[in-house]
Amino acid sequence: MPYSDTLDIRVTDSSLRDGSHAKRHQFTAEDVRSVVAALDDAGVPVIEVTHGDGLGGSSFNYGFSRTPEQELIKVAVETARRARIAFLMLPGLGVKDDIRAAHGNGAGICRIATHCTEADIAEQHFGLARETGLETVGFLMMAHSTTPEKLARQGRIMADAGCQCVYVVDSAGAMVMDDVTARVEALVSELGGDAQVGFHGHENLSLGTGNSIAAIKAGAVQIDGSTRRLGAGAGNTAVEALVAVCAKMGIRTGVDVLKIIDAAEDVVRPVMDDECRLDRLALLMGHAGVYSSFLKHAYRQAERYGVSGAEILLRAGERRLVGGQEDQLIDIAVELAAQH
Amino acid sequence: MTIRTKATAAIVGSGNIGTDLLYKLLRSEHVEPRWMIGVDPDSEGLARAARAGLETGHEGVDRLLARDERPDIVFEATSASVHRANAPRYAELGIKAVDLTPAAVGPAVVPPANLHEHLDRPNVNMITCGGQATIPMVYAVSRVVPVPYAEIVASVASVSAGPGTRANIDEFTRTTSRGIETIGGAGRGKAIIILNPAEPPVIMRDTVFCAVPEDADRDAIVLSVKEVAERVAAYVPGYRLRAEPQFDDPGPENGGTARVAIFLEVEGAGDYLPPYAGNLDIMTAAATKVGEEFAKALLAPGA
Repeated sequence: MPYSDTLDIRVTDSSLRDGSHAKRHQFTAEDVRSVVAALDDAGVPVIEVTHGDGLGGSSFNYGFSRTPEQELIKVAVETARRARIAFLMLPGLGVKDDIRAAHGNGAGICRIATHCTEADIAEQHFGLARETGLETVGFLMMAHSTTPEKLARQGRIMADAGCQCVYVVDSAGAMVMDDVTARVEALVSELGGDAQVGFHGHENLSLGTGNSIAAIKAGAVQIDGSTRRLGAGAGNTAVEALVAVCAKMGIRTGVDVLKIIDAAEDVVRPVMDDECRLDRLALLMGHAGVYSSFLKHAYRQAERYGVSGAEILLRAGERRLVGGQEDQLIDIAVELAAQH
Repeated sequence: MTIRTKATAAIVGSGNIGTDLLYKLLRSEHVEPRWMIGVDPDSEGLARAARAGLETGHEGVDRLLARDERPDIVFEATSASVHRANAPRYAELGIKAVDLTPAAVGPAVVPPANLHEHLDRPNVNMITCGGQATIPMVYAVSRVVPVPYAEIVASVASVSAGPGTRANIDEFTRTTSRGIETIGGAGRGKAIIILNPAEPPVIMRDTVFCAVPEDADRDAIVLSVKEVAERVAAYVPGYRLRAEPQFDDPGPENGGTARVAIFLEVEGAGDYLPPYAGNLDIMTAAATKVGEEFAKALLAPGA
C-alpha cells in the first residue's frame, strides 16, 4: 500500500529537530528560515522543528535552547509554502499545554515519543492531539531493545489511543536490516489498516539508508531523515541519499533529487557546526545500543571530568539507560573520575 | 485515666501503597494502625492486615466512620476521586487525613521543608514520589542562596509506575514542578520523569539541578544539602547522595547561569514493595513521618 495516490512514501525531514542535538540546541530563527525554505522548495512534505528532546526540552538536563522552540515553530510555519510542520514531544518531559501552544503556532503534525515499552504514558497526549485536529505520529524509541512482538503490542496501544502512524525508531542506530524488517513487519501485521508504520534511522552503523529501504520493503510508508544527516549521534539517514536511492528504485517521494542535493550542500551544511560523522563514539553507540543524543553530552562530561567519553557511553549501555537520562552521564563521569 | 502513647490510625486503600504503609506503621512508636479498609475482600493487603491484628473491612469507609471509636488519623491510599469524596467526611469528624493520592485537597507537605507549618491542618497531601525525593534538596539549596530555577529528573523502574501514574503523567510533572516552587523555594520549577524498563529493575535515581549565583558559598550549599539528606534518611533509610554535589560555572549549555547538581538514589526498605521501588517507599515512609508528627501534636499535653 503506497502512502497516497501520488507518493509511495512520505519523507519527514528532522534536521531542525534531531539536528538540534548536534547543534547543542543553538538554532536561530534565521537557521530555521533558510533550511525550511530550501527543503520546502525541494518538495520535502514534512519538516520537524523542536528542541532535540521535544517540547519543553530546553533545560539543564538536555541543554537550553538559544531560541525558544515555539518561536522556531512559528518561523517554520510562516516560511513553508507547501511543507507541513511537525513537532516532537515526550510525555514525562513535555505536557499537554506545550502541544496546545505548538498547535496554536500553526504546526500540523504532533509526533509523540516514548521508550519502546512505555507507550501507555502517551494516551492522554494522543487523545488531546486528535481532539485539536493535529495529525499524529507515535515514536517507539530504542526499538532495537525489545522484540518485534512486544513492539507490535506497544504499537497497538498507541494506535488505540489515536496514533495514525507508529514509527520504529532506531534511536541508538543499533539495528541492522533484518532487525528493521522484523519490527516493521510485526507492526504492519498488528496494525493493519488502523495505523501506518514509519521508520526513523540513525547512521551509527552506517545503515541509515539501507535500513530505510528495508523498512519500505516491509511496508513502512513514512520515513524520517535529516538533510546532510544533521542529527544526533552520527546523524540521521541523509534525506538527499534516501531520495536519490528511492528515485533509482522507482519509489515515489515527491522530493526533487537535484534540489535536495543542492540544499544539503548550500543551505544545511553552512548552518552546521560540523559534519555529523561516524567517529569512534558514534560507532560505539551503534555497537553498544546507546541513545544517540547522549553523544554531545558524553563529550562534554568527558572533557569536564577528564575521563574517556567511550567509557561513559559503554557504561551508559551497561546501565541500560534510556532516552532522557542524560543526567546519569554526569553521575557516570563522576564515578569514573573517582576510580582514576 | 490511661495516658495514650499512640494515635490510632486507619489505612484506607489495600493496594501496594496501603500494604507497604501498613508495615511501616506497625513499627511506629507514635501511630498504631488499627483498621485497614479496602474494596476487594480477597485483596492480599487486607489478608496481611488481618494477620497483623488489624480490623479489616472491604465496603469502603462508611462503617469505619460510623463506629463509636474512630481513628485519630486516616492514611488514604485509594485514588484522587475517592479521596475527594472522603476528605470532607474525615474533616467533619475531626480525623486528620494524610493523603497519598494526587487529590491535593490539603496543602502538599515535604517533611524537612514545610511539615511543621501544616500540623494544624485537617488534611495534607504527599505530593509525588519525585517531589518527596527532590524537593528537600531544592529546599536545602534555597535556604542558603536564592534559586531562580530548579529542575529535577526522576528515573524509576517501569514496573514501579502503576496505571494511575501512567495515565496521568502530566499530573506528575505539573504537581512536582509546582512543589519545587512553593515548597522547595525555587523561582521556577521543572520536573522530568523517566521510566526505565531494565531488568532486573533499577533503583530510583533522582537528579536535582539548581541555578545558583556565580559567587555562591559552595561549601555552605554542600553542608546544607548533606544536613537535609540526613534528615530525610532518618525516615527513608535508603535515601542517599550518590556523589558530592557538582558545581558548574556559567556557560551557554547552562543557560548562562552557575548551577549545582545533586545526585540521589532511593532504595526502598523492602517492607512489602521490592527495594528498587524507592519511589513508592519514599511516599509511604514520608506519610509515616507525617502521621507521627500529627500523632505527637495530638498527644502532646494540653493538645
